[in-house]
This record gives sequence, structure tokens and C-alpha cells, in this order.
Amino acid sequence: MSELISIKDLLIQRNGRNVLKIKSLEIQRGETLAIVGPNGAGKSTLLLALAHLIRPKHGEILFNGRPIHQMDDLEYRRKISFVFQDPLLMDMTVYHNIALGLKFRGTDKDETHMRVGRWSQAIGVESLLARRAGQLSGGEAQRVSLARAFVLDPELLLMDEPFSAVDPPTRAQLLKDLSTLLSQDHRTTIFVTHNLSEAAQVGSRMAVIINGELKQVGTPQEIKLAPADKSVEEFLKEL
Amino acid sequence: MLFDNEIFQITLLSLQVSALATLISLLIGLPFGTWLALGNFRGRSFVLSIVNTGMALPPVVVGLLVAMTLWRSGPLGGLRLIYTPVAIIIAQTVISAPVVMGLTAAALASLDPRLQQQLLGLGASRPQMIWYLWREARLPLLAALMAGFGSVISEVGASMMVGGNIKGQTRVLTTAIVLETSKGEFGNALALSALLLILTYLINLALTLIQQKGRKR
Repeated sequence: MSELISIKDLLIQRNGRNVLKIKSLEIQRGETLAIVGPNGAGKSTLLLALAHLIRPKHGEILFNGRPIHQMDDLEYRRKISFVFQDPLLMDMTVYHNIALGLKFRGTDKDETHMRVGRWSQAIGVESLLARRAGQLSGGEAQRVSLARAFVLDPELLLMDEPFSAVDPPTRAQLLKDLSTLLSQDHRTTIFVTHNLSEAAQVGSRMAVIINGELKQVGTPQEIKLAPADKSVEEFLKEL
Repeated sequence: MLFDNEIFQITLLSLQVSALATLISLLIGLPFGTWLALGNFRGRSFVLSIVNTGMALPPVVVGLLVAMTLWRSGPLGGLRLIYTPVAIIIAQTVISAPVVMGLTAAALASLDPRLQQQLLGLGASRPQMIWYLWREARLPLLAALMAGFGSVISEVGASMMVGGNIKGQTRVLTTAIVLETSKGEFGNALALSALLLILTYLINLALTLIQQKGRKR
């Protein structure tokens, strides 16, 4: 495996206050990295920085070896896909929601139809394609947002606590389906969660962020057995 | 009683000037209101408060300022626009543009702020993002359009001051109502008022039907 993302000396500030500091972090092509940490630790900030939706104070993020701030903004954003905590679907049918990113890219109708069909089936929403977004349950809506992200065939998939707003049984099913999908698809994915078991289920590696600092990176087992410091140990205990 | 032909001409002119003023207000108000809602710049709240104040501009004050500007000795006097339909369109645009602008900004500000990030995260260019935000806020945006039109079709102060209520040239429904009332012709005034109300209702009915169709889609 080679590195898809490499972060070096990253510092992100908000209103003059440091909100995220990462000395170094590499994400391998095809791996699923789970980012864990308490609420407000800076996990979502990292995803927004990776999506180039916020600019760091200093440091750089390399994508395929190229600093993203030197890449064309739109060209870079079209290599990635983002799933937020809430589905944030548009007021249109499920089909058009899933096809939205393809429409932005000017994909032709036949190709769009084929890809929407394929991914709606893979994610289990093919029976919902004609429905309006407002008619979906929370779990269905989140499945649609997953299909909307996967259909773009992104090089990097960013997921910000995608199942935290759904009920526990639905969450368990969605996690299971996502884990299966990612293990078959081998898509580079960064999955943010504050739930350790979710992280262990989805991610091959885990990165722990506490108080805006990257504390430790390793497999779930490594982190559980040998926490890097007291704060990581405390965080694991709280869970 | 006013002649039928004259009523037709007055009605047509009323619709023409108000529709054009609303259209120009939309062309100014929609982008500027979007910039106000999505922009993150110093002094944004101040600009927004000015626009919101503009939404309550008294038409007679607008009429006075536009008349002074277009008056022969005024800065734009050379254009010889005073007492023409163009002068009424200018004054009505000054009244209507802040309404469209302010309500556009409010409509977009009411959307989930993460929607912008979601659209960008799906690979939207900035124009694509704005287009889809407008689409998402289409119901309140249509309400902004209705409010903009309503503010000008019904105003009398500005049209009177910059148009002069000249028969066959700048007389519109509202100024004709004032004239008939001042002459003591209450029957004519009432008939013109009913016509104005029916026209306003029909236009708003059409826009409401479009709005509700959008809601059901």
C-alpha cells in the first residue's frame, strides 16, 4: 500500500485559538482509518481540513504527494466525497439526491443511471428511488447519503459520525453494512466517531484525537493494550 | 366616469412599471441578498441592518429623493427622466430592491449552514452550490418576489412625485385613485381600487400556485 494522504505539521486555528494540531499522520491507500476522540476534540475539523473546506494556519496536507493547497480547489474536491452526521438531503427524489454529485461533474445520463442503479442496490435503497427525501426515515435518509457518496467513486471518502443521529438498532445494521462494503470495496476512508466499538468495527487503524491534538495512531488492539499517555487511557476508560 | 380605454391604458402602465421594477429588483436583490447571506466579511451586520431599514423605506421619501435626483437641476437632470414612466420604474425599484434583498438573505440564512459544505463536499462549484441553495429556498424566495411586487403595485407616493400623474403618460392605478378621490368621484375611485385589488390578487394567486406546486414536488 502507498500513502494517499500525508499530513505534516498541521495547525488549525479558530478565532486565534488552536483547535487542531497534528505533527504527522499518514493514511494508506485503501485503508479505513477511524478517528476517535471526545466531543469537541477536533475530529470534524480534521475532516473539513481534509476536504479543503477550511484552511490551516500552517502545515500541509499532501494528496498523492501533492499539497492540496496547490491543487485546483474544485478538481481536488471532486476526488473526494463527504458524508455528514445528518444526511442533509436536498428536497428532491432519492434518485436525484444520489445523482447530485454526478450532475455537478457533468456525467451523462446513461452513466448516471447505471451508477445510481448499482450503488442504490449495493446500499439497499433501490426501492426508495422515486420517493421524496422528506418521506424517508432517519436510517433510510442516511443510507441515501451513503449511496450519494459512494456513487461518485471517490479516491477518499470522509465520514463524520454518519450514524450518530439514528436509533441503535438501525445504527448497528448500518455499521455492519458499511463494514462489509468497505472490506469489499477497499476505498480509502476516514471515519470519525466518538464510539470505540464503532471505530474498531469499521477501521483497520485508529487515530485518537484529544483536546485538538493527535495522541496516538495504531490498531484498536494496540491502542487498548498500550495507550500513549494518561489522556488516552482516561478516554478509553470513559468509554 | 373614466373611459374604458383610459382605464385599460392606466392598468397596463401600472402592470408594466411594477413588473419591470420587480424584475430589476430581483436582478439586484437576489445576488446581493445571496452575498449578504453567505458572505463572511467585516461589517456584514451593518450592511444587513441598512438593507432591513431599506425594506421599510416610505415611498414618499423615495419619491422625494428620486425626484430631486432626476429634477432638471439635479445630478441626473440631463437625462430628462422626471415625469416619465422610467422615473416611476426607478423609484419603485428603490422601494422594491431592499425588500427582495432582505428577504433573500433571510431565506438563505434559514437553511442549514452545513448544506453549503455538503454541496461543496459533493463537488459543486460555487455557482452550482448557489443555484442549489436557491432551489432549496425556492418557497421563501417566491415569497420575496411577491412581497417585492406587492410593495410597488400598491405604492402611490413615489409614483405621484416622480411621475406627476400625467394623463395618458404617467397615470397609474394608485395615482388615478388619489385623483378621483380628490375630485370627490368616490365611485370611480372605488371601481379603480377594486380593479387594483383584483389584479394584485390574480398575480399573487399565480405566484402562490407556483409556490405550492414547488412544495408538493
